[in-house]
Amino acid sequence: MGEEKKKKLSIIVFSGTIDKLMPVGILSSAAAAGGYEVNLFFTFWGLQSITKSSIHSQKPPQIDKNYEQMGPIMMQRMQEMKYPMWHQLVQQAKEVGEVKVYACSTTMEFFGVKREDLAEFVDDVVGAATFLDRAEGGITLFI
Amino acid sequence: MTQEAKISKTLDARGMYCPGPVLETAKAIKQIQVGEVLEVLATDPAAKPDIEAWARRTGHQILDIQQQGEATRILIKRMK
Repeated sequence: MGEEKKKKLSIIVFSGTIDKLMPVGILSSAAAAGGYEVNLFFTFWGLQSITKSSIHSQKPPQIDKNYEQMGPIMMQRMQEMKYPMWHQLVQQAKEVGEVKVYACSTTMEFFGVKREDLAEFVDDVVGAATFLDRAEGGITLFI
Repeated sequence: MTQEAKISKTLDARGMYCPGPVLETAKAIKQIQVGEVLEVLATDPAAKPDIEAWARRTGHQILDIQQQGEATRILIKRMK
């Protein structure tokens, strides 16, 4: 048997709206279950979705302007289906596989977000060079 | 009809949607020994292709897939 090629899924999470965050949760948990190494890099509007205050907010999540008419219907169906929230999927992904959650240091400075403001499931604060290094040789998505 | 394998554990993933059945299958396979068989029941229409793809990726062996009414029944042998 030859050496098995490392399977990797890396996502640059740029958008902070629920329509973009759900696929991040779904893809990363499916990948983790399948034995992929998963790297999630939260930057710009994505970074705002991994603060403790955002995760624990009781307000309905924001949705992209283009899909806002569909938003309430989708959220209602997700509740009826007892579908997990995106960050619960990321947490499940961390339970089944090798998943790292990174926060972008520059964006933190832009928004005045401190390390202690970030959700518990964030592993580290890094820059673009670290992300590129972790993502090398795998599938990379920009969402 | 394949010969019925001895089932070590059953995962009832009925009513769960993608990626639920795959996630729970990945958890459940770790709870049996290598060589033992996991039975998965799922109603998600994507369960068959998804668990087949998952098994190919993770190196586990699908022994049998059957449709039983609304549920898909998948037997998976833990290979490593």
